[in-house]
Amino acid sequence: MTPDGALLTAQDLRKAYGPTPALDGADFSIHPGEVVAVMGPSGSGKSTLLHCLAGIVRPDSGSVRFDGRELSQMGDAERSALRRGEFGFVFQFGQLVPELTCVENVALPLRLTGVKRKDAEGRALEWLERLEVAEVGGKRPGQVSGGQGQRVAVARSLVTSPRVLFADEPTGALDSLNGERVMELFTQAARETRAAVVLVTHEARVAAYSDREVVVRDGKARDMAGAV
Amino acid sequence: MSIGLTLLGLLESGPRHGYDLKRAFDERFGQNRPLHYGQVYSTMSRLLKNGLVEVDGIEHGSGPDRKRYAITEAGVTDVAQWLSQPEAPEPYLQSTLYTKVVLALLTGRDANDLLDVQRSEHLRLMRDLTQQKRTGELADQLICDHALFHLEADLRWLELTAARLGQLAKEVRP
Ligand SMILES: Nc1ncnc2c1ncn2[C@@H]1O[C@H](COP(=O)(O)OP(=O)(O)OP(=O)(O)O)[C@@H](O)[C@H]1O
Ligand SMILES: [Mg+2]
Repeated sequence: MTPDGALLTAQDLRKAYGPTPALDGADFSIHPGEVVAVMGPSGSGKSTLLHCLAGIVRPDSGSVRFDGRELSQMGDAERSALRRGEFGFVFQFGQLVPELTCVENVALPLRLTGVKRKDAEGRALEWLERLEVAEVGGKRPGQVSGGQGQRVAVARSLVTSPRVLFADEPTGALDSLNGERVMELFTQAARETRAAVVLVTHEARVAAYSDREVVVRDGKARDMAGAV
Repeated sequence: MSIGLTLLGLLESGPRHGYDLKRAFDERFGQNRPLHYGQVYSTMSRLLKNGLVEVDGIEHGSGPDRKRYAITEAGVTDVAQWLSQPEAPEPYLQSTLYTKVVLALLTGRDANDLLDVQRSEHLRLMRDLTQQKRTGELADQLICDHALFHLEADLRWLELTAARLGQLAKEVRP
């Protein structure tokens, strides 16, 4: 970790797709156990920032450090091991593997890190219970509702007890009641495990589950904590 | 909403006569309730007394008040402070927020900034309400939800306004 205790930091990130920059000198930092909402207009660079922080997209320049390690200096294998072992992901539309049952989907990140099938599925079931969807464990994603599928995806993001959770509009496809319940369960689980949560959302009621918000505008990120 | 600060904000783009100020106010902000001349003159004499405006010239002729007012440095400071200070979140803020956004655009200030700061203020209250909701009973939850939906409505309007700032800037500053 850095001297100020941040778990993940980014400095002066730049990323252009063609002539227009998606990120234009963005800074970011998050501490363990902290939930930070990333807000800002459509197309301002929120998802690009999240993807750079998570090592999914390589920035043109700038630095991303996780736990003292510079992402750009890692090899591909090391970076994907980091993504599998230390990071968890939730996106707007669950993105579950359609051929696997829900339990198998949730167990998948554990299986990829070498956990035996029985243990992995046991832990997967515990997370499904916590997310209140144990009953859909044996079903395939195509056979469950959108709200249930999203809870399964949240369970999958938590199953490895990641140190950073990346969520891009995790409740975007849900109604208010389901969306809030998912946020409640998600942030509670994250706080218990001291995971840091990077939460991209345009919904204020979702952002209200965060500790502070960062506004991305024109590829720059403004930390609003203490701005008022 | 403060009429004094709004008139001051309008004066920031250049000196104006009292009647001219009233017309500018009515055009931009007076949709349902145009100002009375009396209100303008009493407000201006208060601003004058407090050193926020000064008399920039007097027109000769008849009529109630032919003074031309100019904003002072103290006046500019007051406008800047008002615009940079978020409003306490409460129902029916939109006319104040609208006035602030338009004045920020008219005076060349960063309206996005104003919106971000106001969002931050709203979110602060929304976090408290969300926390209360998590720990409260069902009745508390319902009451908190009502407040949360209203605050969210304010913010959605703010976001929409932010997305249209470019267009609004062209209309208020052709
Ligand atoms: N893979 C890509 N190829 C080309 N351009 C891209 C790509 N990803 C993003 N962009 C562009 O980069 C800019 C920032 O996009 P980004 O997806 O980060 O925005 P966002 O803030 O997440 O928007 P939204 O709220 O709509 O999801 C946009 O102009 C977008 O068109
Ligand atoms: Mg996005």
